[in-house]
Amino acid sequence: MWAQGKQYLTADAAQKLVAKRGTAAEAKITVSVDPGFHVNSNTPNDTYLIPLKLTWAPGGALEPGEVVFPKPQMEKYEFSEKPLSVFTGDFDLIAKFKVPAGASQGPGIMLGKLRYQACNSNSCFPPKTLEVRLSYQVQ
Amino acid sequence: MSALRLGIVLATGFLLGCVIYGCSPVKSAKAASLKPNAERHVAPDFALKDADGKTVRLSDYKGRVVLLDFWATYCGPCKIEIPWFMDFERKHKDQGFSVLGVSMDDDGWDAVKPFVNDVGINYRIVVGNDSTADKFGGIEALPTTFLIDRDGKIADVHVGLASKSDFEDAIEQLLQTPARPAGGSGRVSLPAELVGAR
Repeated sequence: MWAQGKQYLTADAAQKLVAKRGTAAEAKITVSVDPGFHVNSNTPNDTYLIPLKLTWAPGGALEPGEVVFPKPQMEKYEFSEKPLSVFTGDFDLIAKFKVPAGASQGPGIMLGKLRYQACNSNSCFPPKTLEVRLSYQVQ
Repeated sequence: MSALRLGIVLATGFLLGCVIYGCSPVKSAKAASLKPNAERHVAPDFALKDADGKTVRLSDYKGRVVLLDFWATYCGPCKIEIPWFMDFERKHKDQGFSVLGVSMDDDGWDAVKPFVNDVGINYRIVVGNDSTADKFGGIEALPTTFLIDRDGKIADVHVGLASKSDFEDAIEQLLQTPARPAGGSGRVSLPAELVGAR
């Protein structure tokens, strides 16, 4: 609903993923949350909180699999009665893929969407979606 | 000093105090940091649906002091303030005060209705949209709370979690100021369904 506007984190797949057909592969996505902000983890401990989620658009040569998140931090904020399951600062997501035996050889780009919802110590911000681009080379 | 002279001095002092400060038994609100009248702008009007599908316009509340709260169910700081606002609604509803909550949840009523029921919110809630946010300057941070005077003008804005006493002081100060009669825009009576109804 809300215009995307300002983002409160960055997410980059710095290294090109090189994988052989018929194998599994994984890519590291480095996420950096702006100082003073936090985002809900992938497993927030409140029904109404919006989790961090990475999804991949169909169409690439890679078959998306599980996304592995780091262990969340449990942080207590002035506005919360109990510690919240969050991520702050820099952390890595591991995105797993399968490369089908019949995948086309050559380069390509997987397009991902990282959905998150950020807060600071006294305000929260609408959920945002950030595009993540992963370059790959199928051998 | 005789008792009689002392009595006269005290009575004179009391009457003088009444002339200068007024004799209302209502406790004066601590001075809140409200905008001076000359700097207040009319709050933009909107028409949004409440949980029953009824259209609610901000202009329906002209003549009342309104606490307009932009919030969302995923917003922790908003959840701290909501019980305060419920308290204000109970306490000041009959003095010409209303709380109006504008939820900015992307999922609309699917997210808002369960929350409203869980918390037992006692004031009216509507679901807002980008257009509503744009009218109020492109609200980004939640909660963002506007205090609107009886003339429909924005007297104060709080972005982020504020203090209950700041709100309370401002509300009491605004309630003590009658609507200005200029332009025939005096106080209006709201239908019962708009007064504090959910």
